[in-house]
Amino acid sequence: MPNSQMTPGIAPGRLTKDAYAKNFTDLHAPLDAHEAAVAADRCYFCYDAPCQTACPTSIDIPMFIRQISTGTAEAAAVKIFEENILGGMCARVCPTETLCEEVCVREVAEGKPVEIGRLQRYATDTMMEKGVHPFERAEPTGKKVAVVGAGPAGLSCAHRLAMHGHDVVILDGREKAGGLNEFGIAAYKSVDDFAHREVEWLMQIGGITVEYGKRLGDGMSLADLTGSYDAVFLAIGLGGVNALRADGEDLDGVLDAVDYIAKLRQADDLSKMPVGRNVVVIGGGMTAVDAAVQSKLLGAEHVSMVYRRGKERMAASEYEQELATAKGVTIIYNAQPVAIHGDGAVREVEFEYTVEEDGKLRGTGEMFRIPADQVFKAIGQTLEGVPDGVAVERGKIVVNEHGRTSQDGVWAGGDCASGGDDLTVTAVAEGRDAAIDINATLMA
Amino acid sequence: MADLTSNFLGIKSPNPFWLASAPPTDKEYNVRRAFEAGWGGVVWKTLGEEGPPVVNVNGPRYGAIYGADRRLLGLNNIELITDRPLQQNLEEITRVKKDYPDRAIIVSLMVPCEEQPWKDILKAVETTGADGVELNFGCPHGMAERGMGGAVGQVPEYIEMVTRWCKENTKMPVIVKLTPNITDIRKPAEAALRGGADAVSLINTINSITTVDLDTMAPEPTIDGKGTHGGYCGPAVKPIALNMVAEIARNPETANLPISGIGGVTTWRDAAEFMALGCGNVQVCTAVMTYGFKIVEEMISGLSQWMDEKGYTSVDDFVGMAVPNVTDWQYLNLNYITKAVIDQDACIQCGRCYAACEDTSHQAIEMSEDRKFSVKDDECVACNLCVNVCPVEGCITMKQVMPGELDERTGQKVPAEYGNWIDHPNNPGNTCASGK
Ligand SMILES: Cc1cc2nc3c(=O)[nH]c(=O)nc-3n(C[C@H](O)[C@H](O)[C@H](O)COP(=O)(O)OP(=O)(O)OC[C@H]3O[C@@H](n4cnc5c(N)ncnc54)[C@H](O)[C@@H]3O)c2cc1C
Ligand SMILES: Cc1cc2nc3c(=O)[nH]c(=O)nc-3n(C[C@H](O)[C@H](O)[C@H](O)COP(=O)(O)O)c2cc1C
Ligand code: SF4
Repeated sequence: MPNSQMTPGIAPGRLTKDAYAKNFTDLHAPLDAHEAAVAADRCYFCYDAPCQTACPTSIDIPMFIRQISTGTAEAAAVKIFEENILGGMCARVCPTETLCEEVCVREVAEGKPVEIGRLQRYATDTMMEKGVHPFERAEPTGKKVAVVGAGPAGLSCAHRLAMHGHDVVILDGREKAGGLNEFGIAAYKSVDDFAHREVEWLMQIGGITVEYGKRLGDGMSLADLTGSYDAVFLAIGLGGVNALRADGEDLDGVLDAVDYIAKLRQADDLSKMPVGRNVVVIGGGMTAVDAAVQSKLLGAEHVSMVYRRGKERMAASEYEQELATAKGVTIIYNAQPVAIHGDGAVREVEFEYTVEEDGKLRGTGEMFRIPADQVFKAIGQTLEGVPDGVAVERGKIVVNEHGRTSQDGVWAGGDCASGGDDLTVTAVAEGRDAAIDINATLMA
Repeated sequence: MADLTSNFLGIKSPNPFWLASAPPTDKEYNVRRAFEAGWGGVVWKTLGEEGPPVVNVNGPRYGAIYGADRRLLGLNNIELITDRPLQQNLEEITRVKKDYPDRAIIVSLMVPCEEQPWKDILKAVETTGADGVELNFGCPHGMAERGMGGAVGQVPEYIEMVTRWCKENTKMPVIVKLTPNITDIRKPAEAALRGGADAVSLINTINSITTVDLDTMAPEPTIDGKGTHGGYCGPAVKPIALNMVAEIARNPETANLPISGIGGVTTWRDAAEFMALGCGNVQVCTAVMTYGFKIVEEMISGLSQWMDEKGYTSVDDFVGMAVPNVTDWQYLNLNYITKAVIDQDACIQCGRCYAACEDTSHQAIEMSEDRKFSVKDDECVACNLCVNVCPVEGCITMKQVMPGELDERTGQKVPAEYGNWIDHPNNPGNTCASGK
């Protein structure tokens, strides 16, 4: 008997092959040329457009949409890539409902924004599918820069530095580039190995080498790097995870959501991914939503996502929450984990209802239990492996508006650095801006 | 990237996109920002003679026609030439030209139909360092009633006379701007050429009333209960302008007369079309009045992308390339036969093609019980109406019935050879057919 959604415990292969394929296709199908033309027509070409202001990378959105509507999607792509070299990934993963599309004048007026994200994808796909890389390197400067971390921040910084003619070496502890684009983002947002293809496409600029399996702090110190490079950019993301601090956290079946998602993203065959019949996800951010939704798509019968505060406090946007419930996830608000019960393996999770008063969270004393074969902890990632001598405050490397850290010659950006939301697009913006400042500093 | 550099009458500009003489070019503040945005040149808002400037109405000056989603398709205006003092304009032109030597600045002029005022203003403009002058023979309202603008442009003899005065009194290139409010555009163009014009530019605005307010029973824009005809421009006038440009470009007498194309230019594609019909460059007014100076960026990126794709390295490569393909109806090949084809995958089953064909002409589209629309080849005359009304671009196309194949409508094989109306047996004037 093959497994089904009803198979007890944790099991792979709960669905048919077709069901996996269907569940993990593109969340938003790409626009075809006609759809893109119709969508582009809705843009008013606003003056000093709110969408552009809302974009962390300040893409000239009205202009690229105008270029799409005049049949020059490639020119639109160039416009996008000039500001955001990972415009292809951002088109797929940006929470546009809280960025550009939220402030679109047509969202405000009619509750229906111009579909900026999908139009951005249309333009960038058009150019990337042709394999064309629109930028050229400047004359070599002879300067060498080390970038630590090949996530969006590191890649964006490396590309901009390479464009300026510097030689860039990216060092990453993993065996693949892309950071969370490759290991974290939900599978249905980056289908067909897009993260990998995007890195290959980006590298066409030349002048960038990636060294895999190289961890800063692991036989390689910051002093080694500052000694042999003209500048260093730290883009190490958030490598650690917060502990739950509830009894039973060490039972079998209790996992870190990010680790599980990384395995899922790297799986050649999703039917081999084991998933619980009853899954409980603890947390309220994007990671929690992704873990919950993907468990459901892998065939879990019941998935509950439990968040300790109210709906409006959830880091995952309203849109993400609706996506989760539409896929069959039950979201429970105002409940905190007290204990995880089981004998060797987890059987159920015990929660206590909460109330929030003047920003302070307090248990009400009322308890309830949810059956669980698998528990995902998604209560936040933490900064890990910051080299000595680089100032850290409130869990982030301290940087100024140019990405400079407390140490001369060392810049930082992305999730590991202070300022901005922990989003792909923010990481891209910070990587780019640090590169601009590094270039200005090196060429001064 | 393709080189967009333009050389029109020896006047160089970084691209062939100029702003037409109109409010966007009425002052230094605007023109500087236009140049910063990337415009290759401007034709400064029309200057009048020394003395108290003209006075504009102070009620609404513009009226508009909209497409779906309130997209502005046509604009109408009752504005006059610049209402700022001549000296001020001249000083501003001098300053801007000095700061932007690589951009083209042409000064548009309109003074009374006597030689002295033209002599005076040309001398004044020469001191500014401007690259040339454009004679405004087009303004259809206000000025025409004072014997200027459109009043001159409608009388070829006057055009020739004033153009000659100008050529005799300045070394600057002289562009003659034509009014479309005339039956045969070739006549004023020929007159300009006889007068010695270096180029013509067209079109100026078209006489129009955009709307009537049904409560006040007055045309709009309405000033204190009354309205007057204004000048129509914007995307809606482009087809009229293209035809007039083509008429001049293919007229043997004016074939070598440089043309600056104006009328509804909004995107790179509009510009390329004007240039393909023989315009050395284009001028833009309404699109900038609607969307701002920034649109030139799209025109630049779009034209260079298209040129790269086509392998054109300079804008002169394609100027006039479509002119040989503009012909008279009688020379069209009547043996070229096509049929409409509906792409069932692209079809969204709205049925508009059916309504059009069924209620208009040839009842050549079939609708099945389950709303599938298909063309009956034995009825289709290839009028193109279904293509034109279909909301999905590329869904309905015209497929050629090749020579030797059967045209199901006529029951005849398609002849291989070209055959036009002149030689057609049905042509009563065809002596050759009736004679045999
Ligand atoms: C599950 C999940 C889903 C998400 N979904 C979205 C989404 O839909 N939309 C969105 O905008 N954002 C999303 N995010 C957030 C987004 O992925 C991050 O903000 C973004 O990836 C941060 O980029 P970064 O370059 O700073 O770090 P990362 O992407 O984390 O990259 C850091 C890189 O540094 C390497 N590294 C770490 N330490 C070292 C070291 N000591 N030495 C060498 N290399 C090291 C890592 O291997 C990694 O490659 C999601 C995050 C998660 C976890
Ligand atoms: C408000 C307004 C004022 C204009 N003023 C002038 C003018 O002073 N001189 C002139 O030659 N043309 C004038 N024009 C005509 C334009 O230069 C241009 O020929 C016409 O608008 C067609 O181009 P478009 O469709 O790009 O607007 C004016 C047009 C408008 C809309
Ligand atoms: S556009 Fe400016 S000048 Fe014209 S009516 Fe509106 S506010 Fe007044």
